[in-house]
Amino acid sequence: MTDIPLTAADRRSARSELGRRRMTAFLFVAPLLLFLLFTFAAPIGTMLVRGFYHPTVSTLIPDSLKALKAWDRTGLPPAETQAIFAADLKRLADERLSGKMAEELNRVVPGSSSLVKSTARKIARAEDSEIAASGAALLAAADEKWTDPEVWRGIITSGNTFTADYFLTAMDLERSPAGGIMPRDGARIYVDLFIKTLKMALIITIATLILGYPLAHYLATAPAKTANLLMVFVLLPFWTSLLVRTTAWIALLQTNGVVNSFLMGAGITRSPFEMLYTEFSTIVAMTHILLPFMILPLYSVMKGIDPSYMRAALSMGARPLPAFFRVYLPMTLPGLSAGALLVFIISVGYYITPALVGGTKGQMISNIIAFHMQQSNNWELAAALGTMLLVVILLLYWVYDRFVGAGNIKFG
Amino acid sequence: MPLDRSDVFLRFDNVKKSYDQKTLVVKDFSLDVAEGEFLTLLGPSGSGKSTVLMMLAGFESVTSGDISISGKSITRTAPYKRNIGMVFQNYALFPHMTIAENLAYPLQVRKMTRSDIQDRVGEYLNLVELHGFRGRYPGQLSGGQRQRVALARALIFEPSLILMDEPLGALDKKLREQMQYEITRLHEKLGFTVVYVTHDQTEALSMSTRIAVFNDGVVQQCAPPAELYEKPSNAFVADFIGENNFVNGHVDTIADGMAKITLPEGGTITAVAAHGLAANTRCRISVRPEKLYMQDDRGAHDNQVSVRHVTHYYVGDFIRYYFKLQGGGDINIKFLNDSAAPDLKEGDIASLVWFAKDCIAFPA
Repeated sequence: MTDIPLTAADRRSARSELGRRRMTAFLFVAPLLLFLLFTFAAPIGTMLVRGFYHPTVSTLIPDSLKALKAWDRTGLPPAETQAIFAADLKRLADERLSGKMAEELNRVVPGSSSLVKSTARKIARAEDSEIAASGAALLAAADEKWTDPEVWRGIITSGNTFTADYFLTAMDLERSPAGGIMPRDGARIYVDLFIKTLKMALIITIATLILGYPLAHYLATAPAKTANLLMVFVLLPFWTSLLVRTTAWIALLQTNGVVNSFLMGAGITRSPFEMLYTEFSTIVAMTHILLPFMILPLYSVMKGIDPSYMRAALSMGARPLPAFFRVYLPMTLPGLSAGALLVFIISVGYYITPALVGGTKGQMISNIIAFHMQQSNNWELAAALGTMLLVVILLLYWVYDRFVGAGNIKFG
Repeated sequence: MPLDRSDVFLRFDNVKKSYDQKTLVVKDFSLDVAEGEFLTLLGPSGSGKSTVLMMLAGFESVTSGDISISGKSITRTAPYKRNIGMVFQNYALFPHMTIAENLAYPLQVRKMTRSDIQDRVGEYLNLVELHGFRGRYPGQLSGGQRQRVALARALIFEPSLILMDEPLGALDKKLREQMQYEITRLHEKLGFTVVYVTHDQTEALSMSTRIAVFNDGVVQQCAPPAELYEKPSNAFVADFIGENNFVNGHVDTIADGMAKITLPEGGTITAVAAHGLAANTRCRISVRPEKLYMQDDRGAHDNQVSVRHVTHYYVGDFIRYYFKLQGGGDINIKFLNDSAAPDLKEGDIASLVWFAKDCIAFPA
């Protein structure tokens, strides 16, 4: 066989054909790509950045921060530096930004919110020249806390554009006065909550697996008519509102709810069980809600497994149960791992159901993130917690890929 | 062919199967198979042949009747206790096990020692000429190699009966012929009994010692290949096995198993009278395309009709001519591709001749 070389014109035409095809392909995905960029990648990106990038204070008092850089952090800052800060404070008061400054500093030096606000109010009345001449004295007169070097160090800390403090908080750590890292006083909040979240997600995954596997197998082998009908029941939860389903669980599980009434009526128990607002209720409700995510990938993989494999094993003399574990189960692994991964990852970040039926005991990490977003207004901590959640999930995925192989996943 | 009772290895005794409690898929199937036989169940899809195989393997229940091996009923025996090897159309090799592991599986189940398993696996890999493949996975083999592994896996635990469910259906023509040879070779070498299901008659004719032709849940005929081809017992078998021309006619008389028949255009011919044919009734005459000759100097013949040429196709090893009978009806012949092949034009009149023993008259 001889190779006939392409002429330059042939090559050009082949290249332009390839380019055209690529362009068409890109045009097909471009709308979704843009949509995702604006609605998914960008918001999440900015949210994640918030966890460590914090320029608020450095834009509020840039001059003071620049001057404080020269300070050796022992004793009090030089009087000129204090005067510059006093001038900044006056400007903030004029621009009605002192509240924001107070909030920022309060996060680093607890109790300094009123200090900043009241001082700003007093300084605002002073003349610029007076501040320039004796700013330090004015500050000391306004509040004696300004003579505490801790407050000044706090200002520098709050002025850092990049900070790991929120991540430390998210891991129940804090900076020691010596500059090192140490466990924070008091109970471990977030680490415990992470562990609890992972534990609950694991239980939910196992529960959906135990409930979903036999059903998926039945669906895959049943006659088409029966299978289609049952499939509707599997998909039904997808067509009902999540809120409705979760609220239904409240009705079922509450102290005077259906389950307790039944148990008491049947004489199984005298006093009602405390089921709602516990870990138990969260796990039960989420298992119900996430079950289709386990069943569907399993079903689609099982559907592709010809009955002849099990038959072959039986014909070779294997008993049904050993044949199942040696032949059928390994063949369903792609669907099993896809379903398990899907359910696990979704439940780790689940919010609505634990928020409604979990109470305080059944809360998961997402609820505390929402709390920091909505109530404590600590978006930075929320961002740090969210980032950690993402990292944990990526880590688990990596481990999974390492040991099982992500190429094994099959969603359908 | 009724067998002597002592020779019977596998027996189907009035076996019936219904899936929906209304219709029978297998209607009263009875058959005796001798040890070492190669029995093929042949029929169109939905004829019940696969159902018979599934009942024999134990994957389908028997609605009524009995199946026995060596005189012992297996009708209610669990499939894993039947000790029957099976080869599936999709091979059913376990994709997550290597070839050696696949072959070892039935032996592990039987709790053989590790070294015995090693030896046996090696022996059977040699048997199917795949010694270099023990560590490969089924996905890395070609269709023909997979088929050989499937065969070895069904044989390795030395069952006395091997079932094959259209095992060559997924292979291309050349490979299929190779595998036919391979299966026949192993069958002759090892002497196991085979029940083979296929809808491919070439396969059935070239491999079997006996063929049971199924249609509509009933065995139409069960006979050795040559008998099936030469002496079909009814019009379905005549039509299903090989190619056949069917011509309508009217039976005048029957004597000594031969029927005198008048064709619609008026000519008379002689044909073998099939079972159930009566004088003074309408009949269908079957004659195979390769048994018809265009009149030449081939000598004696019994029957002759005059036909009008429609068209012909060059096939390669033969040329196929299509004709119309004067009294209506189509007829085609295979003419061996030699220099004598006549060059006919549309509308040309030709004369076809054949022997009476080569055509059979069935009741219409």
